[in-house]
Amino acid sequence: MKRLSSPIELEAIRETITSQRDPNKPCITICSGTGCHAYGCEKVASAFREEVKQRGLDSKVDVRTTGCHGFCERGPLVVIRPRNIFYQRVRVDDIPEIVSQTILKDNIIDRLLYTDPNTGEKIIYEPDVPFYKRQKRFVFGNNGYIDPTLIEDYLAVGGYSALSKALFEMSPEAVIDEVKKSGLRGRGGGGFPTGIKWESCRNAASSDGVRYVICNADEGDPGAYMDRSVVEGNPHSVMEGMIIGAYAIGGHEGYIYVRHEYPLAVKNVQLAIKQAEEYGLLGNNILGSGFDFSIKINRGGGAFVCGESSALMASLEGKPGEPRAKYIHTTERGLWDKPTALNNVETWANVPLIINQGADWFTQTGTENSKGTKIFSLVGKVNNTGLVEVPMGITLREIIYDIGGGILDGKKFKGVQTGGPSGGVIPESLLDLPVDFDELTEAGSMMGSGGMIVMDEGNCMVDIAKYFIGFLEGESCGKCVPCREGLKRMREILTDITEGRGKDGDIELLERLSTVLIDSSLCALGATAPNPVLTTIRYFRDEYEAHIKEKRCPAGICKELITYQIIEEKCPGCGLCVKACPSGAITARGKKEPVVLDQEKCIKCGACYDVCKLGAIKVE
Amino acid sequence: MQPEAKQLEKRVVSVLDNYQRDKGMLVSILQDIQAEYNYLPRETLEQVSQGLDVPLSRVYSAATFFKALSLTPRGRHLINVCLGTACHVRGAVRVLEAMERDLDIKAGETTKDLEFTLETVNCVGACALGPVVIVDGEYFGQMKTEKVKGVLENYT
Amino acid sequence: MLTLTIDGRDVQAEEGKVILEVARDNGIYIPALCYHEEVAPYGACRLCMVEITRRGRRRLVASCLYPVEEGLVVETNTERVVNDRRTIMELLLARCPDLAAVQDLASKLGVDKTPFRLEDKKCILCGLCVRACEEVVGVSAISLVNRGTNRQVASPFYEAPDACIGCGSCAYICPVDAIGLEDIGDTRTITMPNPRMQKIEFKLKKCSKCGKYWAPEKQLDYIAKKAGLAPEEFDICPDCRD
Repeated sequence: MKRLSSPIELEAIRETITSQRDPNKPCITICSGTGCHAYGCEKVASAFREEVKQRGLDSKVDVRTTGCHGFCERGPLVVIRPRNIFYQRVRVDDIPEIVSQTILKDNIIDRLLYTDPNTGEKIIYEPDVPFYKRQKRFVFGNNGYIDPTLIEDYLAVGGYSALSKALFEMSPEAVIDEVKKSGLRGRGGGGFPTGIKWESCRNAASSDGVRYVICNADEGDPGAYMDRSVVEGNPHSVMEGMIIGAYAIGGHEGYIYVRHEYPLAVKNVQLAIKQAEEYGLLGNNILGSGFDFSIKINRGGGAFVCGESSALMASLEGKPGEPRAKYIHTTERGLWDKPTALNNVETWANVPLIINQGADWFTQTGTENSKGTKIFSLVGKVNNTGLVEVPMGITLREIIYDIGGGILDGKKFKGVQTGGPSGGVIPESLLDLPVDFDELTEAGSMMGSGGMIVMDEGNCMVDIAKYFIGFLEGESCGKCVPCREGLKRMREILTDITEGRGKDGDIELLERLSTVLIDSSLCALGATAPNPVLTTIRYFRDEYEAHIKEKRCPAGICKELITYQIIEEKCPGCGLCVKACPSGAITARGKKEPVVLDQEKCIKCGACYDVCKLGAIKVE
Repeated sequence: MQPEAKQLEKRVVSVLDNYQRDKGMLVSILQDIQAEYNYLPRETLEQVSQGLDVPLSRVYSAATFFKALSLTPRGRHLINVCLGTACHVRGAVRVLEAMERDLDIKAGETTKDLEFTLETVNCVGACALGPVVIVDGEYFGQMKTEKVKGVLENYT
Repeated sequence: MLTLTIDGRDVQAEEGKVILEVARDNGIYIPALCYHEEVAPYGACRLCMVEITRRGRRRLVASCLYPVEEGLVVETNTERVVNDRRTIMELLLARCPDLAAVQDLASKLGVDKTPFRLEDKKCILCGLCVRACEEVVGVSAISLVNRGTNRQVASPFYEAPDACIGCGSCAYICPVDAIGLEDIGDTRTITMPNPRMQKIEFKLKKCSKCGKYWAPEKQLDYIAKKAGLAPEEFDICPDCRD
């Protein structure tokens, strides 16, 4: 490949690539995101390739493995373009039929279509599926069209045109102005205005002129995986954003800090860097502009605290991920004490869109102070789990019910957790809250990086608070006293409450510890850690009181406060639970006789409850 | 199973050279070494300390800080039970407990025959499939206690 | 020089100093356990939190880290500061109930009991020993290992560290006297407050003139090497040298 040395050459190569592609030629796209991977999409993809080859259709049909489409619940997903026929839960056995019927004869295969659970209607085309219908897939949309391992696919959808525009038609200051005007705010959690961050980084003094650009892909928020899907599925979009950002701040070295738990992301980024370098879109003298920029990958070692910018930078310097006080901002003194602009994956991926289509276009979407879209990982007890990109300002109800299709198994909604361990649980009364940085903070939660975990009546809110505090205790770096010692004590108190040892004054002590953590922790991990506790106390106080005063867990989750019981009328004595019980607590009494559960022997593992198909076991 | 000292040193040197002995790449270097031996043998930390000219105490500090790094040998098969929030609300703890019972070890431990190491992970980014268990990089989604035995049987 | 207000008093300060230094220079007490002028500030104990007002916004900052600014208004004893400080003290008291220095500071701050379960740790994890070993001595024999609640001061693999020269700086700087240092006969013994670590022993050098054991041989070798001096230079102790 010849290095491109001008915008004209870039457009010429784009022309060459697109001219070789017939937009009307059927293209079978197979989602290869992590979810579909687990469902065996690799086998599906190779079966398609084999089938197409055997039938001698190589020249008539394209087969493409793409990034994550988002509707992970229904994987493996197959979309046949350009008609956008949407098949879900596709298995290897279905492939010959798809090729012979749909590709060759244009017949739709009914059983592979998605059925709307609310109307019973079969839906043929991808954009008509309710899960996708309400979304605005600006950042995420190309995932379903391109093969992340091919830079040509990215070029074919207009990739790197924003970079070319920034380098040749805009000054660095103009780039910063455009981003400022767009109102883009950091998608990693804090929601700090990106343009202002870049501006202070550009204006910060650097004795040798060195400035760094960092992409935080250390998505540590448990229950969130949108950054993973963007980096894996469209790595060039993130890199293009970074190069534009580097040009704006005047930096020449960049890092992508990726979690080691995301091996495919590491692989795809490595490949993308190599390809961009070969094309002259990265490295020295990018597109002949005279601007130099290089990107290195650094793998995180499994530490949630490294999502905190100063801890991430410590890790990039080869030290343990301990945060430092940021009274002097990292935009002034960041990595190796140099001015540093750090943004997360989704923020970087928004940049090319803003440069290409302008701030005026970008601000058409969203609310007054939260512009654009946000990708959420909609998971937990909801029917349609997956990644959804929605305009800011959409309500939680619309996300959970219209896109998510409501609560799993027809159960009752209880709360939705946003913002990960730094966020909080939002109750049913606030379901009409518009999703916006400030509204969520007002409710005691936060936007965070975009985890949205739906909980039903079977989830105990004290248990959820204990879960997050336990998580954070394990992830605290241990440097400062309030976070290290305070979280340990909060976890002890919550454990006491869930195990029947709660006492009067526990709630107040939790609140007092929360105040200290918020006021005096060294970094945001500690300062936001109390949110899950404070919001659950605020919205579900009666549940805490039931545990403390009545020694009762209303949701039936806290082991020490519950018993499993056999509902004799419903139990036909089938014996499934007898086999499943690991402690020999259940005995059969013969056919058609209900089984007997020995409470002394029961370890409350729930195995019987899981296997019983008749609902003959209850939790009290 | 103790790797030959000479060979070990050669491997470490080649990893260090891959990263141009860049101190900032310490964590990646340790990960690459661990990928070879499935843990960090003591000698490798000493060699990394010398090779990067970083005090051993600092290398040790980093090696014990990051959860992905292990200073003790791990089993032939590595099981990770995801305890991310999405998995938690769908019953991941019960799956973990079933794993612990079945393997007769606690999370973080290795079976006596060095076959399995059971670890927990905070989120693997496959939240839509929760609860998720990963064995040697292979994902098992929508796990239930009754599926645990079947999953483990694939590896024995 | 710039002017700021601490507890209603106008004070002058050099630019680049932090609030805590300036307060102490002016005789204003702010408690702190992890601060020491010989090493870089760290901000771990959080006892030195003070309330500042800046552009009309009030917030708490760690005074050992916050650089002074012209016109900054600092309050070291607001209700919020005092309450938070007490809770932090309760947390430390529960961690290390037997340390006299912790008990003393607690009672000075009006804390005589803690609502939390008592542990019996000997170290408050202020990190002063580790920082002195790295920044002042330059050997980095010990470090903070593990993270979160498992964090501890230790040498690599919990063994007597090769890098340690037995200088005892860690023991001198420890604000709660948790590190033991004892010279008996020709042996210096250092005891780290870590149950997994054995006592570390060093052979002391005998003064060829007065016969007193006066410094660890390893430390003298280290100094000789660093300063480019002949080892014989240290045959005589400083007292006999003049």
